Amino acid sequence: MNSIPTFSSMTPEAGLKKAMELSRPDIIAEISASNLKGRGGAGFPTGVKWNFAASAHADRKYIVCNADEGEPGTFKDRVILQEYADLVFEGMTIAAKAVGAKEGILFLRGEYTYLRPHLEAVLQRRREAKLLGPEVLGAVFPFDIRIFMGAGAYICGEETALIECIEGFRGEPRNRPPFPVNTGFLGRPSVVNNVETLAWAACILQRGADWFKSHGTEKSTGIKIFSVSGDCEKPGIYEFPLGISVLELLKKVGGEHARAVQIGGASGLCVPASEFHRAIAFEDIPTGGSVIVFGPQRDMLEVLHNFLEFFVDESCGQCTPCRLGNRKLLEGVEMLQAGTCSMTYLRELCALGESMQLASKCGLGQSSPSAFLSVVKHFRDELMGRVTLPTHG
Amino acid sequence: MSNPNPLDLDIARRAPTSQRAQTIAATASAQAIGGHVSLTIDGQPVKVPLGTTILEAAKTIGAHIPTLCHHPDLCVAGVCRICSVEVEGMRTLQAACAFPVTAPIHVHTHTRKVRQARRHIVDLLLSDHYGDCYTCKRNNNCELQSLAQEYAVDFFRFGHPEKPRHTIDTSSYSVVRDLDKCVLCRRCVRTCIDLQEVGTIEVLGRGDQSHIKAFQDKPLGDVVCINCGQCINRCPTGALHAHDDTDEVWAAIDDPKKHVVIQTAPSPRAAIGECFGMPPGTPLTFQLNTALRRAGFDRVFDTNFSADLTIMEEGTELLFRLKKALLLREPAAFPQFTSCSPGWVKYLEHFYPEYIPNLSTAKSPQQMFGAVIKTYYAQKHGIDPKDIVTVALMPCSAKKFECNRPEMDASGFKDVDYGLTTRELARMIRESGIHLPDMPKSDFDQPFGTATGSGVIFGATGGVMEAALRTVLEVVTGKPVEALFENANIQPVRGFEGVRYVELPIDEVGPVPDLFKDHVPHWNFLKGQTLKVAVAHGTANAKKVMEDIKRGGQFSKCHFIEFMGCPGGCLGGGGQPIPTTPEIRKARAAAIYSEDADYQIRKSHENPDVMRIYNEFLTDGPCSHRSHELLHTHYVVRGKYIE
Ligand SMILES: Cc1cc2nc3c(=O)[nH]c(=O)nc-3n(C[C@H](O)[C@H](O)[C@H](O)COP(=O)(O)O)c2cc1C
Ligand code: SF4
Ligand code: SF4
Ligand code: SF4
Ligand code: SF4
Ligand code: FES
Repeated sequence: MNSIPTFSSMTPEAGLKKAMELSRPDIIAEISASNLKGRGGAGFPTGVKWNFAASAHADRKYIVCNADEGEPGTFKDRVILQEYADLVFEGMTIAAKAVGAKEGILFLRGEYTYLRPHLEAVLQRRREAKLLGPEVLGAVFPFDIRIFMGAGAYICGEETALIECIEGFRGEPRNRPPFPVNTGFLGRPSVVNNVETLAWAACILQRGADWFKSHGTEKSTGIKIFSVSGDCEKPGIYEFPLGISVLELLKKVGGEHARAVQIGGASGLCVPASEFHRAIAFEDIPTGGSVIVFGPQRDMLEVLHNFLEFFVDESCGQCTPCRLGNRKLLEGVEMLQAGTCSMTYLRELCALGESMQLASKCGLGQSSPSAFLSVVKHFRDELMGRVTLPTHG
Repeated sequence: MSNPNPLDLDIARRAPTSQRAQTIAATASAQAIGGHVSLTIDGQPVKVPLGTTILEAAKTIGAHIPTLCHHPDLCVAGVCRICSVEVEGMRTLQAACAFPVTAPIHVHTHTRKVRQARRHIVDLLLSDHYGDCYTCKRNNNCELQSLAQEYAVDFFRFGHPEKPRHTIDTSSYSVVRDLDKCVLCRRCVRTCIDLQEVGTIEVLGRGDQSHIKAFQDKPLGDVVCINCGQCINRCPTGALHAHDDTDEVWAAIDDPKKHVVIQTAPSPRAAIGECFGMPPGTPLTFQLNTALRRAGFDRVFDTNFSADLTIMEEGTELLFRLKKALLLREPAAFPQFTSCSPGWVKYLEHFYPEYIPNLSTAKSPQQMFGAVIKTYYAQKHGIDPKDIVTVALMPCSAKKFECNRPEMDASGFKDVDYGLTTRELARMIRESGIHLPDMPKSDFDQPFGTATGSGVIFGATGGVMEAALRTVLEVVTGKPVEALFENANIQPVRGFEGVRYVELPIDEVGPVPDLFKDHVPHWNFLKGQTLKVAVAHGTANAKKVMEDIKRGGQFSKCHFIEFMGCPGGCLGGGGQPIPTTPEIRKARAAAIYSEDADYQIRKSHENPDVMRIYNEFLTDGPCSHRSHELLHTHYVVRGKYIE
């Protein structure tokens, strides 16, 4: 099993050993120098996140690994956990050393329950190898990791909802600020990182920031793991440097005839063929790694309908724009499909989408209209055939 | 006399952090520079303490930001998003109610983006709102209606439901729930779980299926709800309202055979003016008497009378318990708990039933009055009690449940037929074409026409304790309370601190007054004792005290504790005018204490009408067999598990 060659080429625990020799600020400096950005989708600089948590004063701190992987079309975290769990746990241990945490929690998506025995075994092996436990690698540094099972809600991947969930409450996003790095699990500073982010952190400690920066673009350094699915010849897990153009990526996966590609999952952007020259990078098209290819025969309204049904279902229901807005967008798509949507109403729905992006409480509602807005923008001709034209005025 | 810090117990938090204000600890260096931060709001400079929300900061310069899920009594939820504002440099709009200012930001409260988002939010809420303002209890006092007006809603942009989707839950004696009007602001949830720590209702379901429900979708009448109505008082819409008894009361008034008697409690009198556009804290006690007679009530009595009666019974019960413990050396349940708040009583029955022996067996003033009217008053005036309809004007929705408790029939009839809230009575008065503030003043009817200040202060937290102390201290020491407390104002038990604790050393005792001669030989057993009392209001505070008692802490050593179910006591009751906020509660309390100061007689045991009832009717004195039959009650072990 080596789906991800770069991860396979790593020397086990070399990054952790290096980290044990470094001071806390030096670990953070290395991560900051690499310019590693969060792989969970939001792209927040990991070094900055760790630094915030490291400089917060508290009796306890936590490292939380976000393995909720709920974004439609994403499955890279599952593969990483299956094949490179040690690398992820190594990354968590390095993060713990860097910020001064004693406890780590892996938040595992409910649907991945079957991975749990394997992961528990890996953890046990690490404890026996003194890579976890009261004295990690013989140093005065206690750290252990436990697994917390999610219950299958997409929203629990949002970091504050995830923390609520671990605390035993209904998984709903909190008000921010303050952020988890300041007030997280049990009110303590908590670093929440994606599975892949933590794996890269271990690689960076091993190979150095310069190695990492030698891949990708200036603003989006490093390699990214992609989950490719949809109408292409070779769906699956890929690693590409950030900055790769959509077209290049499509060529590699055998999907260059696509009419559109959804990048970043249901909450991401729908990129039409005319924009396939654009780069997949934080400065252009950001992504958590999901690439869904839509072949020439796809009905974009059906695609939208599917996405919006997902959001109507997965919205936590807390805030007005998302709770009711997604429903209205879904109804709008149904009206378009039935040919009963007027141009005026379509315009109103687009404005509503903007309001949702601006006024929703969390990333779900802020990004759920993206697909709607990009389809309306890029597939206007197709939609225009289906709007009802005014009978007067 | 000492007043140690009230307990600050670390009780497991109830509302999740997602529904709480998050505080940002100011760094030491920020505190050193004064802990303030400067920002601009719509270009105007403002300086506020670090961590102040944008909403509060805007208030200081008079910039209006609309709110819906925000309530000054509750933790911050940040869910409705109507308070969205633009903060320069931030990609998304921020909820003003939930955004603590810690840096010199620039805020804009009504840009195009902001206005569009707010308008959409109102449109969305209306697209999910089935209700007809004409027929709604909250018509003209509804926050959704006001928002629709504020954002100039001229049509239903995203549609409007044409059919109800929920059935109205009328299972509770006190609270009616109409989920079709719910905007999911979750104020009720936060009220119940956080302000009251009862936790009856929660959000169930996800996305647009989310709705407010009790345990397992059961009707409110079948679950652990203490009927306090605090949720009603905080609901911005007509989704929650008190069970309406006005039709039944009108029918009684219209029936010439019925002798309809109303008693009015002090808290509604201090608040009902708010329903007629008066500022909070305008007492209209005597105007109300006139209005009630004009509306058709046959007699208007003052609940203060039975409040004084309650003090006599409950105070005597306390003295008897002390005698039992200290003189007879027999076991007696201490501390004694007050029992006049039906919300609190039901809370104890559910959550601490093992402490039922501690509850005073004295009925609440409402129920005592009902029993007295249908016996003493009926006999005295030759009216058949079956023709008497007793109505009580109360600040409280739990009183509706209380008067329907099956054991409340000591007179052979239902002691109190209907409990009306302040809001219901205001509607009846309006329906009678009466503008209450314009009424001339008139007195209460005899034979219960003389009231004391002690009865009045029952309406405020600490009032029952103060009234009881005025009487107990005088009865025991034989000296006027004024010798101990200036103007008989027992300040240490007053105020809005959630839990208050007071010690009163009894250095000297006096002769036993006639009323107690048969039961107590002397007060010597109290000499040198220190009377320890406490006050708690709102069940969240009650819970703190009860948990301390369970642990054998400071409060377990108390002799007497006043508990009120609602924050602020009755003046903040769930039947009071909406809105009720900390400021409004303060204004109502001020009105109540100023009324107290105006009374000639300030102590319950000096009320001549009360003395007369002990001379003429309850001739064996307080806590005698007869008074037990009429004026005392028993409680039900309810527990907190639902079948
Ligand atoms: C609705 C929603 C769902 C999310 N789901 C995930 C997820 O499944 N996995 C993940 O790593 N991050 C998810 N995130 C992002 C997290 O909130 C958070 O930004 C991330 O875990 C931070 O880790 P990183 O900085 O390493 O990317 C989600 C965010 C939102 C708004
Ligand atoms: S945006 Fe949606 S998922 Fe996020 S808090 Fe609001 S309702 Fe919940
Ligand atoms: S809740 Fe408000 S908006 Fe709804 S019907 Fe009642 S008054 Fe009208
Ligand atoms: S009446 Fe009181 S106990 Fe019952 S649901 Fe409302 S707030 Fe909770
Ligand atoms: S019932 Fe009232 S207070 Fe409760 S969520 Fe609905 S609108 Fe808000
Ligand atoms: S009032 Fe601020 S989000 Fe509701």
